[in-house]
Amino acid sequence: MNQPLLEVTDLQKFFPVSGPGIFSRERGINKAVNGLTFTLNKGETLGLVGESGCGKSTAGRTILKLYDPTAGSIKFEGEEISGYSNSQMKPLRTKMQMIFQDPQSSLNPRQSVGAIIGASYEVHKIKPAGGVKKAVQELLERVGLNAEHFDRYPHEFSGGQRQRIGIARALALNPKFIVCDEPVSALDVSIQAQVVNLLSDIRDEFGMSYLFIAHDLSVVQHISDRVGVMYLGKMMEIAPTESIYSTPHHPYTKALLSAVPMPDPKLERKREQIVLTGELPSPMKPPTGCVFSTRCWKATSKCFEVEPLLQKVGQAEVACHFPE
Amino acid sequence: MSLLTVRDLRVEFKTPDGVVKAVAGVSYDLNPGETLALVGESGSGKSVSNLAYMGLLPASRTTITGSVILETTSGPVELIGMSNEELRKIRGKDIAMIFQDPMSALHPYYTIGDQLIEAHQVHNEVDKKVSRERAIELLSLVGVANPEERLAAYPHQFSGGMRQRVMIAMALMNNPKVLIADEPTTALDVTVQAQILKLLSDLQKQFNMAVILITHDLGVVAGAADRVNVMYGGRLVESTDVNELYENPLMPYTVGLLDSIPRMDKGHGKRLRAIPGQPPSLIKLGDGCAFAARCGRKSELPEGKCDTSPELKEVTAGHLVRCHLYDSKGAAK
Repeated sequence: MNQPLLEVTDLQKFFPVSGPGIFSRERGINKAVNGLTFTLNKGETLGLVGESGCGKSTAGRTILKLYDPTAGSIKFEGEEISGYSNSQMKPLRTKMQMIFQDPQSSLNPRQSVGAIIGASYEVHKIKPAGGVKKAVQELLERVGLNAEHFDRYPHEFSGGQRQRIGIARALALNPKFIVCDEPVSALDVSIQAQVVNLLSDIRDEFGMSYLFIAHDLSVVQHISDRVGVMYLGKMMEIAPTESIYSTPHHPYTKALLSAVPMPDPKLERKREQIVLTGELPSPMKPPTGCVFSTRCWKATSKCFEVEPLLQKVGQAEVACHFPE
Repeated sequence: MSLLTVRDLRVEFKTPDGVVKAVAGVSYDLNPGETLALVGESGSGKSVSNLAYMGLLPASRTTITGSVILETTSGPVELIGMSNEELRKIRGKDIAMIFQDPMSALHPYYTIGDQLIEAHQVHNEVDKKVSRERAIELLSLVGVANPEERLAAYPHQFSGGMRQRVMIAMALMNNPKVLIADEPTTALDVTVQAQILKLLSDLQKQFNMAVILITHDLGVVAGAADRVNVMYGGRLVESTDVNELYENPLMPYTVGLLDSIPRMDKGHGKRLRAIPGQPPSLIKLGDGCAFAARCGRKSELPEGKCDTSPELKEVTAGHLVRCHLYDSKGAAK
């Protein structure tokens, strides 16, 4: 169990930002992911949370090599893949898959469901026993759709059903690792619960690992074994789920958790909230020292100068000079 | 006294596939100073029911019937059937609205100063300087730093949370008595959401406004609402005080909805109790209970009972439910 499936070390992904106009020179660098380190074990789900712009989605895409990393190492099953070309990646793609947030734009509207899911087999020249059609129909049934849906088109399905099609596509090649990028954020609550349950069931059934990227902290809590909290491209805290939700050590984690509204009027109205002041700094000019220092109520001069590294605090790893 | 009296509001859209009954007979009152939450999933009619009487739906394809009476500074007026010209005198003055996405609700070509001042000028015959002062006052009220300088800024120069503050300032330019907030924090991060909800509740007290809060987030409702109307398939299915709703939900849909939310205080790893099935198609929806196809308690009733339309009934004081399980007062739970 404790053998790492994925090891990410000091991963960086920078995007050049150009000025106005076509011929203008590079205006700055967006440090979307700026030194990310974590491991993911076999059969484990790591939740990755943070606010918009913290780099969680970029991290997921870079790990799957949909973006080329700027620096750092990505080891999948012990194999260093950070420098791999597309053709070197191709055999690995059967093991690494992705589920996207918006099933409307991630499914080709001109292809039938059968063609969308069947394409995985075609691209990798895999012939499933009993033929592609049978394999796809089994997948459709596994994700809670019907075998008759094979010839239908994405627009004939509701949002929740489309997300099931996206899940079936990711499952087709029996992957070991799936990056789930906000898989339920576009869905209504009653449908969201169905899809979260489906994702946990198939994970346990197929023994897969998830990198579960989401901004909804309660959904992440439900599905994850461990949770990492990102802020401005860096990991602030990473810890087992129970520990991070009951005793957050990083002030940012604390503030983030305190902002989640509780669906219970009595609890909600007496809940102590830490309301963060100020704006999220630009990832083009991250603060020196600790990136959270500009909004942290505990910051001292040390925080503005020296960058804290992840260190062990209890069960957690925390990047803070003054952990709670 | 009710500020806004909605009676049997119906909204139908003509589409190539058939007539969509987006709102199928909704009635409620809004009391001064209160926050009434409209809760429901996509397609439940929660937004459309408000856009309808605000005159913000395409007239050529929409049929609106029923009655919506608004108490204005010059007495009660019927909003349904009102001409656009007349509506324009009321919108932004007696009743204002804020939207989910401030980027598309603010005009990208005009500075926020231009837009705030215009919102005031439309309803007040005063010098532009007066409107400008009012704009500065409101921007600082909603927490925009350096309001005088920021008047010259364009919407894209603000972050999402700041744009939402600007939109709130614009809505309050003329001291409306009713504010409709349509998913005001859905596009925002949780930490920013907390700031905006606090701001809205402070301003509500300060301006003594009644707020209709349209949202799908039952956490937001728990913190902000006084009363809650739950909508499903274009109808109100349950309506009661906020504490009563969470402690004693009656309609099986509300119960299912509350059960299906993952909760941080209830530990991790537990299976979520999802509501099976899909929301109903509003084209095919017949007279019966819209939730019947997904309802786990249908079998407790005689065969065919749920194919007939249940009435919205007061089961206990102030607690209204639309469900055949509660046909006689205080019936089975």
